[in-house]
Amino acid sequence: MSHQIISPLPGIFYRKPGPGKEPYVNEGDTVSAGQTIGLVEIMKQFSEVRAEFDGVLEKFEIEDFGVVNPGDVIAITS
Amino acid sequence: MAFDILEPGLSTTVQDQGRIGYYRFGIPQGGSMDQYSATLANRLVGNTAREAVLECTYIGPKLISTTDAIIAVTGAPVDVFVNGELVPEYERLELLAGNELKFGVIKGGTKYFIAVHGGIDVPEVLGSRSTYPIGAIGGVDGRALAAGDLVPVGAAIDNGLPALQFIEIEDRPAFSKDVTVRVMLGLYDHLLSHTGLDSLLNSEWVLTPVADRMGLRYSGPGVEWKDREQPFGAGQDPSNIVDAGYAVGSIQIPGGTQPIILHRDAVSGGGYAMVATVISADMDLVARCSPGTKTHFVAVTMEQALAARAANTVRAARIWS
Repeated sequence: MSHQIISPLPGIFYRKPGPGKEPYVNEGDTVSAGQTIGLVEIMKQFSEVRAEFDGVLEKFEIEDFGVVNPGDVIAITS
Repeated sequence: MAFDILEPGLSTTVQDQGRIGYYRFGIPQGGSMDQYSATLANRLVGNTAREAVLECTYIGPKLISTTDAIIAVTGAPVDVFVNGELVPEYERLELLAGNELKFGVIKGGTKYFIAVHGGIDVPEVLGSRSTYPIGAIGGVDGRALAAGDLVPVGAAIDNGLPALQFIEIEDRPAFSKDVTVRVMLGLYDHLLSHTGLDSLLNSEWVLTPVADRMGLRYSGPGVEWKDREQPFGAGQDPSNIVDAGYAVGSIQIPGGTQPIILHRDAVSGGGYAMVATVISADMDLVARCSPGTKTHFVAVTMEQALAARAANTVRAARIWS
């Protein structure tokens, strides 16, 4: 069963918690429900984007530093 | 009577018509960014236009009403849920004691408003309940809502509920990704070259994600300034001036690259040339724009600006009749 991880916000998507840090998760990694997979920055605030279900992160649909809008699919898990 | 905040949302603040009369001391007017939407919500629940509402930005709160309450949600399109059941926006709703209010993913625009009969009853500061987070005044402890807050709701207002139960489509604001914003040139448009002024008024500017209650930044082709020797007291960049007061809605272009529209929580003065000012009638329109919105600026006269303001007043008056 594949699930989409949706951005509730517009802004800039980041895959790493900070410059020079490792990405939260890579494609092919196992993720658990509630796990942070990235950040969206808007209005000088960083909101964590989390997986809703246990599974494998199959693919990021938004690249690091990419622009997202509300409702955009950020990643797909299965 | 109160709202028990389970989740605060991204930046939910108490707002009203604003804190008028203190801008000269550096306190901005504040107030609901989209005044028209806020007043629609107040009207639906039987308030006056003066009662304070909750302004939700992108992600709204999840809250429980501690008693029965009459509410309405207006503004940016979003799914509204009471106890998990989808209910309409732009319509008077009843919450029973213990009911949970929450929201889906915003479908356009930036802000939606929750009005409650009796109004949000935080203390007035300098004549307004509006939250000004930079100055830490107004609202709940001068800040955006936090989980665990109990937001007080005022006593019932003794004028009953209006016959109006929902807002007709034609009376609702539009949330477009392509807008034309009317401006009056000045005070410092004379510092732009002809090419620079042409760029401002005839280019497409795209709203960036750098947009909040203080200001909204646009990307585009940039502008060109006239060559001049900078006067004493102005910085060396041609976009700098000797410090001056900023009009609400004024447009500055630091470095000549990305215009910034100053909005309701903006600073009241500084050293950037204000090349134009958004007319008051279009400030709500600017506030409704989400990142990526294509924006054109068109210059109007003072007479046209006042006519547009009068037309807005007539439109708002329709829902109060």
